[in-house]
Amino acid sequence: MLNVLPTTSAQVVYQRPKSLTETVTHYCPGCTHGVSQRLVAEVLDEMGLREKTIGVASVGCSVFAYNYFDVDFVEAAHGRAPAMATGIKRVFPDRIVFTYQGDGDLASIGMAEVMHAAARGENITIVFINNAIYGMTGGQMAPTTLPGMRTTSSPLGRDIEMTGMPIRMAEILAKLDASSFVVRRSLHDATNIRKAKKAIRTAFEVQRQGLGFSLVELLSTCPTNWGMTPNEALSFVEGQMLPYFPLGDYKVADAVKALKI
Amino acid sequence: MPKELLKGNNAIAEAAIRAGLEAYFGYPITPQTELLEHMAARMPELGRAFVQAESEVAAINMVYGAACTGKRVMTTSSSPGVSLMMEGLSYIAGTEIPMVLVDVMRGGPGLGNIAPSQGDYTQMVHGGGHGDYHPIVLAPASVQEAIDLTVLAFDLAEKYRTIAVVLADGSIGQMMEPAELPPMAPLRKTLPPWAVTGEPGRPRRLLTSIYLNPDDEEITNIRLLERWMSICSQEVRFKEYYLDDAELVVVGFGTAGRVALSAVRAARAAGIKAGLFRPISLSPFPEQEIKELAANTEAILVVEMNAGQMFDDVKLAVEGLAPVEFYGRLGGVVPFPDEILAEIRRVAAGPIPGQNGHARQRWLERLSLLREGN
Repeated sequence: MLNVLPTTSAQVVYQRPKSLTETVTHYCPGCTHGVSQRLVAEVLDEMGLREKTIGVASVGCSVFAYNYFDVDFVEAAHGRAPAMATGIKRVFPDRIVFTYQGDGDLASIGMAEVMHAAARGENITIVFINNAIYGMTGGQMAPTTLPGMRTTSSPLGRDIEMTGMPIRMAEILAKLDASSFVVRRSLHDATNIRKAKKAIRTAFEVQRQGLGFSLVELLSTCPTNWGMTPNEALSFVEGQMLPYFPLGDYKVADAVKALKI
Repeated sequence: MPKELLKGNNAIAEAAIRAGLEAYFGYPITPQTELLEHMAARMPELGRAFVQAESEVAAINMVYGAACTGKRVMTTSSSPGVSLMMEGLSYIAGTEIPMVLVDVMRGGPGLGNIAPSQGDYTQMVHGGGHGDYHPIVLAPASVQEAIDLTVLAFDLAEKYRTIAVVLADGSIGQMMEPAELPPMAPLRKTLPPWAVTGEPGRPRRLLTSIYLNPDDEEITNIRLLERWMSICSQEVRFKEYYLDDAELVVVGFGTAGRVALSAVRAARAAGIKAGLFRPISLSPFPEQEIKELAANTEAILVVEMNAGQMFDDVKLAVEGLAPVEFYGRLGGVVPFPDEILAEIRRVAAGPIPGQNGHARQRWLERLSLLREGN
């Protein structure tokens, strides 16, 4: 057999994080759920948290998060993940507890639970996937759907006279005095993916240090339900979503600013 | 422990704490609010978890999360709040984890009122949440029994990985009477092998109620049902009064059963051979015992503070072996012993000539006459 590379110089430069299971993905081609879940897994690996973390999956495409993370997991009812995470964190304060929720789950049916988890300063981390649509049920209008955007339940485009305007969750949660770290990032290109990872890392560090409620909103794609190719979907995030959902640090409490990460 | 003068709601709360409760999540609602207030004072001072949730929806889901860790957890509420918890209860049942719920029932439907009622019988005993599941439901008739059943509820919930409900009513929650609390039990040091705890050095654990493959869901449902049938064969509880020679058996639970006992004693004093059968486990229901009673008595009278929700279950259990009559008060009205005594006298006198129709219809006619008399 011919060795193309001398074995002595072969180096692993990229591999599956230990915090991810070896499972075939169910996500559609071009969906950024895989990217965000990998980022969370890398952060858990790097912080050495894999074996002290409990994840809370939600309802929607993110329901299967428990299939992909190699950490203890529970599966919440639609929108209730922050309440379930609260129950876990209050009896195991030294564990790392995070929820992974989409925009239908968090910004519609779960609005009360996420608002009050933040208002209590609950020491949990929320990874919030905003792709402006209900993915799992086949592309209905979400509270984050952009004005004019076509969905199966707004077939002529979102009519703001009838349905109002999209909700900017990061901005709202940042207004609550007890939230500690609330930021919005995007997954539409490599630079932004790296920034997203840094924010996720900070969010988990906030929790590890006991500094309170942390949430990272990630602008994400849904090429299948948007009716776009993967590349078109990435362009849609950059061109259409970013203007309405500006990236930024909406809440960084003083104690978080002092963190050295 | 010596007997103390205790209010039902506080007694239930303190009993749960002494049974080793590790986390409580609740929301204020009359007539159970003292329970939440007792927890708010006691749980933090013991270093245990207490959260006043933003809603009953959130409270039951906090319970869901904490119960997944294998800790002793509970919530409490009253009828409209319990309706809001049905989503979480179904998920908890589907995930096969233990928890205790106390429902201090009030008048309904809707906002109703804050007076004692037994209108949640069907909601608790026959489900309430979606899917096939059965909680254990225990009905106290005194403050002492509320204490004892609360402690028992934790043991049963954990033994069977199920929901255990203490179904009290507003009068049990609000009344004060002498009762004895259990001694403080130590908190458990070990957690069950299914608990999601984020421990190092073992394969990951997952707790969920989702089984996308129908075959897997069917297996889960069969497992739940078999566990339920095992509960039915082992956990039936009831109390019997004056039944040895009874020609007329009154069946009533909780406060209605307690009021009926006064009526039965008065009937005995008047020479009527009446007895009382008081189900304590409403779920599992004492079907076999009621059937055996029906085979050896002249008539059965069901007394409830609702429109005959348990009455239907009694009729099923009786299997036509004896006539079953009904008397109830609704909407937060508690029957007086004299009302029940009049019913006992009526039924003991035998069938009235020309009396037709359904027992519930006949009761409504009598109730309307009674209310006109008021």
